[in-house]
Amino acid sequence: MSDEYEHKLEAKSDYVSDASSGTSASDIDKLPPAELPDQELYHSHSWWTTYVFSQDAKYIGVQYACTAIGTGILGLVLSWLMRLQIAFPGLGLLEPSAYYQFVTMHGMIMVIYLLTALFLGGFGNFLIPLMCGSRDMAFPYVNMVSYWMFLVAVLVLLSSFFVPGGPTGAGWTLYPPQAITSGTPGHNMGIILMLVSLVLFVAGFTMGGLNYIVTVLQLRTRGMTLMRLPLTVWGIFVATILALLAFPALLVGGLMMTLDGLLGTSFFMPAIVSMGEQLKYEGGSPILFQHLFWFFGHPEVYIVALPAFGIVSDLISIHARKNIFGYRMMVWAIVGIGALSFFVWAHHMYVAGMNPWFGFFFATTTLIIAVPTAIKVYNWILTLWRGNIQLSLPMLFSLGFIVTFLNGGLTGLFLGNVTVDVPLSDTYFVVAHFHMVMGIAPVLVVFGAIYHWYPLITGRMLNETLGKIHFWITFVGSYAIYFPMHYQGFIGVPRRYFEIYDSPYIETSTMGLNVFITVAALIVGAAQLLFIYNLISSARLGKKAEKNPWKANSLEWQTPEMPPAHGNWGKEMPKVYRWPYDYSVPGAKEDYIPQNVAPSAVTEAKVEKS
Amino acid sequence: MNKFFKTLAEKPWEESQAKIDNEHQGKTLSLSKYKLGLRTIMVVSTIIFSFFIIAYADRMLIHDWRSMPEPWLLWANTGILILSSIMFHLTKIASDRQHNDKIKKGLYFIGFLAYTFLFSQLLVWYQLLNSGYYAATNPANAFFYLFTALHGLHLIGGLYFLGRTTSKFLRNNSKVQEIQHTIELCAIYWHFLLAVWIVLFGLMLFT
Repeated sequence: MSDEYEHKLEAKSDYVSDASSGTSASDIDKLPPAELPDQELYHSHSWWTTYVFSQDAKYIGVQYACTAIGTGILGLVLSWLMRLQIAFPGLGLLEPSAYYQFVTMHGMIMVIYLLTALFLGGFGNFLIPLMCGSRDMAFPYVNMVSYWMFLVAVLVLLSSFFVPGGPTGAGWTLYPPQAITSGTPGHNMGIILMLVSLVLFVAGFTMGGLNYIVTVLQLRTRGMTLMRLPLTVWGIFVATILALLAFPALLVGGLMMTLDGLLGTSFFMPAIVSMGEQLKYEGGSPILFQHLFWFFGHPEVYIVALPAFGIVSDLISIHARKNIFGYRMMVWAIVGIGALSFFVWAHHMYVAGMNPWFGFFFATTTLIIAVPTAIKVYNWILTLWRGNIQLSLPMLFSLGFIVTFLNGGLTGLFLGNVTVDVPLSDTYFVVAHFHMVMGIAPVLVVFGAIYHWYPLITGRMLNETLGKIHFWITFVGSYAIYFPMHYQGFIGVPRRYFEIYDSPYIETSTMGLNVFITVAALIVGAAQLLFIYNLISSARLGKKAEKNPWKANSLEWQTPEMPPAHGNWGKEMPKVYRWPYDYSVPGAKEDYIPQNVAPSAVTEAKVEKS
Repeated sequence: MNKFFKTLAEKPWEESQAKIDNEHQGKTLSLSKYKLGLRTIMVVSTIIFSFFIIAYADRMLIHDWRSMPEPWLLWANTGILILSSIMFHLTKIASDRQHNDKIKKGLYFIGFLAYTFLFSQLLVWYQLLNSGYYAATNPANAFFYLFTALHGLHLIGGLYFLGRTTSKFLRNNSKVQEIQHTIELCAIYWHFLLAVWIVLFGLMLFT
């Protein structure tokens, strides 16, 4: 392996000296000697430590992604069942309790166990070391433990389906007192298992997050300044900081509610009469839980969104063959959104009632956070402007993302105002809003990212035709699902109801729309199974990918082998000479200049003049 | 902070900036990765405890709050923590000066103090439970058990690393260089836990 690598290196240096006839190559490329020693690397010795308890971040990333997607499929199936129940209540498919349990599990699985785990655990682990040019994460062992904690958390969550009483049906926000009082499904075992699972998830994530932070800050390769990092890394990095600051709130709320449920303490439980019986609780504050939950819950939205923002920026830039418009502003926007996201949480609690000035403050901050977000949308569009747009699958999904995110973001602006939110809050309008902005939009990025990086992971391309079918069904289908829901919200159809018969205050069109939405949801869901099939079959049968198939600049495509081997970089670490967005540079032979190409190799390119 | 804003103001695409950037060695802060990791953990722990303190302050205002007595044993335990922090400081100095014997004694003694502390905290629990202060009786009690349990768990986490350091030191005896850094980090963590305990104990004492 190393021989071949050296050979390639030699070939490259020949090319370098040719290109720079006239000026001396060594003069332009001159770098100080490395001050930091190469990273120590753990090498596995047995089958178990290679394939199961792997400490290689790339492998852990794939493990995270597979577990998250597997759990996500369960969430998808639950949503099918719920939709069938809403459209055809006459079938008697679900009991009311089962409906609420499925709502709760669907929400929690999709937000935390699918999206958070996939973006940070999956993409974070796979991409951070490669994009930063390091051999592995800072603490590979801790990283491994992080994945296994996540897996245990998932198993604990799933085990709640099999305990007496079933999983909790308290809604994904788990508000006390109803979460642990009788009448709510799963109020004894289900809720405890849910909380334990969340605590495990937070503990596992903290270990992973520690790795992401330290790796991004301390283990980059030479020449890789923070401002030369691809926006993907910026998004994941800031999202990790948010997660490390926000998850403790969930942990604290979860621990205290566990004690309320198990030991009968009264942290959150007020004096309460249940089933005609005075419970022993007294004096606790349910609102306190709501504050803790949403102090976590709102940054959580951005924990999912920021990696998506970062990834989509890179996808658009690469597939439009243009440098990202306003790189610095994109970084500022990511950091700004991250900071602001801690000051908007109470806009989820308008209906709970609050001091008008408190509501005013949070409505204002909510509108302010739209500014950096809008900047990002403008910059994506300006990147596309007069770009050489390749309608490849990642680009299609990115375009779908921009439209969907814009759509969901705009309804968010309305909901951020107290007066609009209060009447709409308990209707399908909110369901449509958050599924657009937090469900479909990030998921489209996930798909785009998987189509983009799949060759790097497996060395093969995903099937293009299946991908196009997948894209169009998903994109058009999700609008077929969620646009009617906006309308349903406007005419006052309440959410959370497990069946809506021809109640006098419900428009007759609702029933027909519900059937339409359900059919669309079934079709969109089936398209996802097609995607899963594509993922599995292409790993063996897909077209072999050439090296760097998308002609990208960032470091992950510049490894000596593809897919990258253990340790990523062969013998010598890469050196970085430029930012990752040198596409279509005037004068350059190719329309891209990878980050590790020395200046002497591209003397004719007017990189820095722009 | 200033450095952070300066970084954000860089223009990575400009030639002049590229020259500076090419010399970059790949590290943002001049810390070891372990130290940065420890600091991250301490930040996360601080946030966790802050949330508990906020919840405590919020819950305290409701009329059913009855403060809990502080057994004298808690004062003794505070003393143990202070003593072990001092010991750790001395051990750190010993490791800087490479006094192997002192390091070994220091590590043993700190471990002993930590176990004593944990045992003694359990004793406080036992006493309180015996005199009828259950977690469910009053939120003040519940917070007390929660705080002590979490603080204890943090200490157990620290003990794991202390144990690893000690056994490493015993295995290749006299190689101080290998554990100097870990001793420093453990010492920082021990001081941190002392600070956390003083804040929590003070909170419970004065309310």
